[in-house]
Amino acid sequence: MTEKIEKIIVNSLIELNEELEGNPLGSPTKETKLYGGGGALDSLALVSFITDLEERISDEFDEDIVLADEKAMSQRTSPFRNVKSLTIYIQKLLEE
Amino acid sequence: MKKVILITGTRKGIGKELAEYYLSLGCVVIGCSRGPGTIVNSDYRHHELNVSNEKNVVKMVRATKKEFSRIDILLNNAGIASMNHFLTTSYNTVQNIFNTNFLGTFIFSREVSKVMMKQKYGRIVNYTTVASALRLEGEAVYAASKGAIENFTQTISKEVAPYNITVNAIGPTPVETDLIKTVPKDKIAALLDKQAIKRFGTFEDIKNVIDFFIDDKSEFITGQIIYLGGIHN
Repeated sequence: MTEKIEKIIVNSLIELNEELEGNPLGSPTKETKLYGGGGALDSLALVSFITDLEERISDEFDEDIVLADEKAMSQRTSPFRNVKSLTIYIQKLLEE
Repeated sequence: MKKVILITGTRKGIGKELAEYYLSLGCVVIGCSRGPGTIVNSDYRHHELNVSNEKNVVKMVRATKKEFSRIDILLNNAGIASMNHFLTTSYNTVQNIFNTNFLGTFIFSREVSKVMMKQKYGRIVNYTTVASALRLEGEAVYAASKGAIENFTQTISKEVAPYNITVNAIGPTPVETDLIKTVPKDKIAALLDKQAIKRFGTFEDIKNVIDFFIDDKSEFITGQIIYLGGIHN
């Protein structure tokens, strides 16, 4: 499951990267920083990324999750900081 | 291509009339209400839900996206009213009104905007009331919930503008629907007297403003609140 989620995130980032100016994400991997603390996404790109990801997760796992909920926003270390942290967070949501 | 319109609160009243009107124009209409649907049309889909239930709203919007690939227009029509002196209004009533009116508008706007931002097109119309502009006594909580919607409308209109989504609100005067059937006649008469044009609003009046907001040509109209009957803030 972890691998599947990671793959979905990376694919979403590859597509997003094509839409953004200047290829800010390079070739996305597990370690790619996303938002805040040197992350490559600004808030508008993050919004677009989150909505795309929610849809891909829903298609793949047949589970409607909302990524930007209280838990995500109130965690001291945001799950959106890199691909790895986001993978763990999504897996937790799916297992709930 | 058929326009896909999502309208909340389509079981009766203005929501039902609007749904039937847009179906008659050849649009696909997705509706919802707490009870079963009352519209039978092959271009109509009904979802039975409470508009403040986040999970069910997310499900409805995703199902719509899956079937039709897009949502062009959202009319946040569902609403409840309560006329009462604020000193005799229960905490529970306030929660119910804010849940349906404000939270419902919020969740639908958020979820549908996610679809609209990808297609780089969208029209959202929210509902307020002249009671908000008039600070009408006896409607403190109802008007406050609509006041929240007005402010929300204007703020998010800025946040979604980069995606070519417009967000506006219509503020109807009393229309003879279920929503006002329990209001005493003299209260309604006093309210109509505050309008520049002193008569009940009609479905046609509301339709006219909504048609204007959702017109393709209205791409430069956003963050606006239009009250009917010559009421203003």
